Amino acid sequence: MTGRLALGLAAVLLLAFLLSPDSFAPLLRPLTRNGAPPVYTQTSLLSLTLSHLGMVAGAVLAASVLAVGFGVLVTRPSGRDFLPLARTVASVGQTFPPVAVLALAVPVMGFGTGPTMLALFLYGLLPIFENTLAGLAGLPPQVIEAARGMGMTPAQRLWRVELPLALPVILSGVRLSAVIALSTATIGSTVAARTLGEVIIAGLLSSNTAFVVQGGVVVGILALLIHAGLRALEDRAAAWSHAGRS
Amino acid sequence: MIEIENLTKRYGPLAAVEDVSLTVERGRIAALVGTSGSGKTTLLRMINRLVEPTSGRVRIDGTDTAALPPHLLRRRIGYAIQGHGLFPHRSVAQNIATVPRLLGWDRPRIAARVDELLDLFQLPPGEFRDRMPHELSGGQQQRVGVARALAAKPDLLLMDEPFGALDPVIRAQAQADLRRIQRELGTTLVIVTHDMAEAITLGDRIAVMERGRLLQYAPPREILTAPATPFVARLIGTDERPFHLLSLTCVADLAQPGEAEGPPLAPGASLRDALALCLWSGRAALPVEGGGVVTLDALRRAAEGLPP
Repeated sequence: MTGRLALGLAAVLLLAFLLSPDSFAPLLRPLTRNGAPPVYTQTSLLSLTLSHLGMVAGAVLAASVLAVGFGVLVTRPSGRDFLPLARTVASVGQTFPPVAVLALAVPVMGFGTGPTMLALFLYGLLPIFENTLAGLAGLPPQVIEAARGMGMTPAQRLWRVELPLALPVILSGVRLSAVIALSTATIGSTVAARTLGEVIIAGLLSSNTAFVVQGGVVVGILALLIHAGLRALEDRAAAWSHAGRS
Repeated sequence: MIEIENLTKRYGPLAAVEDVSLTVERGRIAALVGTSGSGKTTLLRMINRLVEPTSGRVRIDGTDTAALPPHLLRRRIGYAIQGHGLFPHRSVAQNIATVPRLLGWDRPRIAARVDELLDLFQLPPGEFRDRMPHELSGGQQQRVGVARALAAKPDLLLMDEPFGALDPVIRAQAQADLRRIQRELGTTLVIVTHDMAEAITLGDRIAVMERGRLLQYAPPREILTAPATPFVARLIGTDERPFHLLSLTCVADLAQPGEAEGPPLAPGASLRDALALCLWSGRAALPVEGGGVVTLDALRRAAEGLPP
């Protein structure tokens, strides 16, 4: 209850700050020196936030589609041979530093949104992929046996039984990816993507702590809210599909 | 009618089922018994091709099962397993409607069929239709599992240890219900069990399997009185044999003219129940409802496998 209250309060504060950043100026002024501006005004914070969220959503959605797709593929009898390959690709995507992805992608894709989304996409694959595997492998065997015995085709089994039952576990992978992507997206501003990283970098360049703090706190609160939102979704899916397993 | 001809399943050099042939007449119950690893479940699963036979044939009412795509074959055959395997994210009605939906029945027909089955299994539709599987007791889940298997009115029902997860009291009731429903619908039934008592209670014929081979396929009385091999005799358990024999016959078949004291027995009660009552009440004869008596002497002869 207190957790939900704190989240609600954080959401209200965040919204207030994004809609009217100037009213928070007195709060941030102590963090500035030599009369530097306390609130970032080069670009509207609201539009930066929306662009940041859009990139994260796009990258996580693409990663989800691909990772779930591969997770399904390698758990089918015909795709089992690809399991080691898919695992390797996903693991490399996770271990390869996003900064390095940016550095390599810029010469090919140019500056801006493209390389950032690529980095977020690659970084987000592994948790979703591994959770899809775990979710599909952890289904109760009698249920799958019954589905086969009833005469469902492999596709019917997948859509009507396996995916609905694995959904909570898959969703928790998506949540993990989304939260990681949300904070990782800030580095996209090093290659001129419009993310909240712009505020933090501006702060670092001009030694303005107020900028760094406001950029960081906005990203932090967003991460908390998205985490909580997806968690709630996951719990609902779990209540619906795991009901018989307890 | 199911005709199984020279059915074999090999995994590498290992034969899970070796050259088994047997026939189950329409409307009859065949019980497959054996220890674990005897191949009885593999044999069952080859009938609906959950396991593909290495060689041999299965024909259902004359049609070779190999001639149909497996999923279409399975929609024509009921299948119920231990632990019921209900879909946890579907309501009772949706679970039962699984095969009719796959077959493309229209909504009113499915709804009517679901209610009809719930009634048949003594689960009031209004109360149970929209429940989720986890809201049911073990016995109710099991009944929904069997109702689901019967939903599309299959002529053939396969059951793999369907009562394995139930406690003894509920199990006896479930067996009696199954017997009643099977008689009512005229379904041919093949049931796998490791419990000889269950096979004797339910089976019109019992198939005893060991290490992939069919040792004996005969009516329960014959299995009990003339076991084909020492293994069959061991599986029956010599100490249980007289009681199994008594459980096969009902009181009405052994009744003889006469008078006795005490409350009368139902004619459908088994001789086993009659013997228990004789011993417990210390009487040598019991009256049967509708006239006649059952004597302890007659019970003793029956327990030895002799004709009345």
